[in-house]
Amino acid sequence: MLAPRALILRAPGTNCDRETTHAFERAGGIARRVHVRALAERPAAADDCQILCIPGGFSYGDDIASGRILALELRTRLGDVLRRFRDRGGLVLGICNGFQVLLQTGLLLEDTDGGRQATMAHNTCGRFVDRWVRLEGRGGPCVFLQGLDALELPVAHAEGRFVVRSAAERSALEAAGQLPLRYAAGTNPNGSEADVAGACDPTGRVFGLMPHPERFVVATQHPAWHGRLDPDQPGTGLAMFVNAVRAMS
Amino acid sequence: MLWEVDVTLRDASFDHAAGEVVAGARVLGVGDCTAARTAAGWLVEGDLSRSDIERIAATLLADPVSETFVAAEAGAAALDGTASDLPTVVHVLPRPGVTDPAGLTAAEAIAMLGHPGVVVRSLRKYWLPRMPATEAAGLARRLLANEAIHDVVVGPLAIRSLTGGGRWSFVRHDVPLEGLDDDALAQLSRDRCLALTVAELHAVRDHFRGLVRDPLEIELETIAQTWSEHCCHKTLTSPVEHEGPAGRVRYANLLKETVFAATQDIRRRRAAADWCVSVFRDNSGVVRFDGDHDICVKVETHNHPSAIEPYGGAATGLGGVIRDVLGTGLAARPIANLDVFCVAPPDTPAAVIPPGVIPPRRLLAGVVAGVRDYGNRMGIPTIAGAVAYDPGYLGNPLVFCGTVGIMPRGRAEARAEPGDLVVVAGGRTGRDGIHGATFSSIELTSDSESQSGGAVQIGHAINEKTLTDFVLLAAEERLFHAITDCGAGGLSSAVGEMGVDLGAEVDLDRVPLKYDGLSATEVWISEAQERMVLAVPPADWPQLARIAAAEGVEATAIGTFTGSGRLVLRWQGEVAGELDCRFLHDGRPRRTLHATYAPPPERPATWRPDGLAATLRTVLAQPDVASKEWIIRQYDHEVQGASVTKPLLGLGGGPADGTVIRGVLGRERGIVLGVGLRHRLGHLDPYQMAAGGIVEAIANVVAAGADPDRIALLDNFCWGDTRSPTTLGPLVEACRACHDMALAFDAPFVSGKDSLNNVFAWTAADGTPRELSIPPTLLATALGQVADVGRAISPDIKRVGSRLVIVGRSRPDTAGSQLELAGRVTGGRVPTVDAAACRASVEAVARGQRAGCVLACHDLSDGGLAVGLAEMAIGGQLGVRLRLDAVPFSGEGGPTGAVLDLAIAFGESPGRFLCEVPPEGEQAFAAAMGDVPWAVVGKVLAEPVVDLVGTAGGVERVTVAELATAWRSLAEEYS
Repeated sequence: MLAPRALILRAPGTNCDRETTHAFERAGGIARRVHVRALAERPAAADDCQILCIPGGFSYGDDIASGRILALELRTRLGDVLRRFRDRGGLVLGICNGFQVLLQTGLLLEDTDGGRQATMAHNTCGRFVDRWVRLEGRGGPCVFLQGLDALELPVAHAEGRFVVRSAAERSALEAAGQLPLRYAAGTNPNGSEADVAGACDPTGRVFGLMPHPERFVVATQHPAWHGRLDPDQPGTGLAMFVNAVRAMS
Repeated sequence: MLWEVDVTLRDASFDHAAGEVVAGARVLGVGDCTAARTAAGWLVEGDLSRSDIERIAATLLADPVSETFVAAEAGAAALDGTASDLPTVVHVLPRPGVTDPAGLTAAEAIAMLGHPGVVVRSLRKYWLPRMPATEAAGLARRLLANEAIHDVVVGPLAIRSLTGGGRWSFVRHDVPLEGLDDDALAQLSRDRCLALTVAELHAVRDHFRGLVRDPLEIELETIAQTWSEHCCHKTLTSPVEHEGPAGRVRYANLLKETVFAATQDIRRRRAAADWCVSVFRDNSGVVRFDGDHDICVKVETHNHPSAIEPYGGAATGLGGVIRDVLGTGLAARPIANLDVFCVAPPDTPAAVIPPGVIPPRRLLAGVVAGVRDYGNRMGIPTIAGAVAYDPGYLGNPLVFCGTVGIMPRGRAEARAEPGDLVVVAGGRTGRDGIHGATFSSIELTSDSESQSGGAVQIGHAINEKTLTDFVLLAAEERLFHAITDCGAGGLSSAVGEMGVDLGAEVDLDRVPLKYDGLSATEVWISEAQERMVLAVPPADWPQLARIAAAEGVEATAIGTFTGSGRLVLRWQGEVAGELDCRFLHDGRPRRTLHATYAPPPERPATWRPDGLAATLRTVLAQPDVASKEWIIRQYDHEVQGASVTKPLLGLGGGPADGTVIRGVLGRERGIVLGVGLRHRLGHLDPYQMAAGGIVEAIANVVAAGADPDRIALLDNFCWGDTRSPTTLGPLVEACRACHDMALAFDAPFVSGKDSLNNVFAWTAADGTPRELSIPPTLLATALGQVADVGRAISPDIKRVGSRLVIVGRSRPDTAGSQLELAGRVTGGRVPTVDAAACRASVEAVARGQRAGCVLACHDLSDGGLAVGLAEMAIGGQLGVRLRLDAVPFSGEGGPTGAVLDLAIAFGESPGRFLCEVPPEGEQAFAAAMGDVPWAVVGKVLAEPVVDLVGTAGGVERVTVAELATAWRSLAEEYS
């Protein structure tokens, strides 16, 4: 059985693509970085991949709003390609900026009659924050979170406050298991509604999260590892990549 | 048609900017501003219908869930707002010609929506309570805008177009020097902002006399840029006659005979084991890392631009040093940043702030935001830094930005070849930063903002990110022979440096422009950001151009490196200027400088004692010592995934010494970064200021686990007006210290930079001219290496029952200490480096670490032993009992009693470490120490309290929580 292939989609301003590639490789996958323009010119580049990941960064500088322009580009130039990828059983992961992008493409949460269901707004503290948080997995269909009920990861963003258009829509998403990753009590770094840290589509195969699992694939990335953890033991973030690779093996 | 789109939040309670306006107005006491609303505004000019602009606003500019928008023709009443209690409208928008990153990005995205060629300018819009227009404008200028880069418009915008100006056509512009006397020459230099001395202008005049013509403006500008202090370090490389405590010394070239000489000696001594690769030649210093890689490092200052526009100055300072690393050898990948800021204390009273000076709090917030927004967007972790406070930095703050890079071995050497194309890649050229190089070489005055506003640059990080991606891809395919960044002096310096032995022909009209109307001279010296110059063999140009296009980077061949030894500048085929490279690079007259240094009189210690615990809480809350968490957490210090020892760590988020990253993901070898800065000794003893800073930087990285045998150093001198012998004297002393420390620690300097003329001049209210100079400041940076990051050591204490061991001898070193700043003592002994003893301590600690018997390690610097101990306890969330009588202390004839306790606990003797050693490791630790002074001074307690046992046996207790609160108090204020 060949190792599953992950396409790491990069764009101007993407900056977590190399460590995300490394994380997939540690998890036993084969990862390749592809520029969004190259994919738009040759969509077949995605054909032999089973996983597509939009990594963190500041796509197009996030100068208007985070992820806005890359989402626009994906909708206008690659909408069909991405839908086909999902429909044939591929996994899609958006991390941080990638989550912000996915939310605006309609691939993660389908638009309803009232338009888009949820968005990402500025942190309540009003600025960028890099800190470690404790997280809780809530079960449900999300492929990436299988078996993960408690983990620690860093967040690093200025716009991570998850906002749903209405309380009714939020309840529906919760009921469908589409809000499977939450900040543990007291560690919500951005004021997200219901402590939401990640969201998935109804199948659990398209998943976006604000924390960075690729920044905790080995113990030495933890802020308190010195003298407390075996430096070579895996970090809890690696499990998400392992889950993805296993699901596609 | 010019449209305006205003985007507002649906839920006004999240309008942070509005909250800041209200809070800021209250603090400043400007205007009666109890409420406000804000919008992100966009001016969009192009052939767009109402439905076009509505679609652009709905799909691109506003979020459908959280925001709402109004789109209308600029100036229309619909844009005035609807809240009747907030009738005053204020617009803040970038001045014409100032880079507007958001506007540029928006224009590109609108092109993606099918409307190419639109011009966009971003603005911030504020609705305020009813107030007179002049009051609103005043508030905006003090709170919302910086007039160096912003226009403030109260009421409806009267702009009807964003474009204007036509293509410049060539005009020959001679600048006659013949017949001008020395006063007239000096005046000419000032009027044209050339920063050339009369002697230098004589050399220029004589050169052109030989050519029987006057220089052209573009030629004179090229010479001024090339000969600027900023570009050629004329002071530090000059002959110097120095009269100091050690007698009279003459240096033919100060830097070469001190800092460089030490490096050369070390390299010779190491012979085959030399691990320096390329030092003091390229844009950064390169050293060997592992079998496949070299690493490089550079630290730059961006002081004057940051004084005028903190956000843009700091951002472009960082952008510049990142390009230095990218432009090293055949390009290195930037993997870490550091930043150090020197500012006036946050509580500086408004009454003592001179006109034209940005108050220190606003300045610090601005520079932090600049580094944050640029560094985070670049995806380079900002992992190390410091903030230092001194009243001397009030008018002239210091902003240091540094970058570490990595490259495959064998790429450190680069040289342009005759026939190579001159290729400029990255951002377009505008009027940004005209005269930045010469501006930074002149002192600041209260009018600098209006005189040199053009020298302020605004960064556009996304351009630099795509440029970096492009350069690194092209480097992998070896598509260029040489590369350098467009920094100070712009193309004139970059092409000049690369073509120094070759000469070049450049068609300036081919340089892509942000807007029309730039003259040839402006194109040539503009310091527009995010540009690199590459020397590309013609055969490789098509492939290079393909990669650039694929990455969305503009790359343009603008000329050829020729081999003629002449620099020829053309505009639409006409020769616009021509210079002999030899004259340009070697024609500058050298003048012997005079320096004197006499040590200030000693200041015997005068004490105002207080309890140990109370003093510790006070010192932990001092700005230099207090937690920098409010800064560190705004920086992405973990991107790239290589982080091993973070700036904040342990269970309690305590401070690190050196920070550690992996060089290559998945491999064990690590890079350790540390800085040292003893600016408070600058006026007391410049030699010890420099020596202490270097020892601090070294101790930082060694505490974190670096191999003492593999430490590279960087120097950054920031000084006042060195034309004065008494200011130059201390600089010579500092250079001597660099030389001596490098040799003593066997740690070579590999790169450096100086920034002189850090003086602020103004006219006081009573009409008297005033001047404020910075204290002599050397920032030392240490780049260390650790063979296995799994053995990196952190300072947080870890295990109940461990011993705490101090390494190194303590003395009553209180002059310039935090204890003195806290008012407990005045004067005393200046912390003095005993280089041999410090080296021995460093080696002993490293031996202890290798023996595996060190659980935690912290070097002692600001605030001495007591602060180091508190920081270890905060990080570990465990308690400590410390016995001061056990500390190896030499204070003969010095303090006694309660004062003795303070001197031991808070003295700042350099080169000391505090280590946590588990009971079972004590024997091995003792063996590792050899004959270095060391002693068990305490033990780790389960209860999170710090017990300080005085020499007379009295115990003072303070909880770790109380210490943490004191340490974080300043950060709370900024949050």
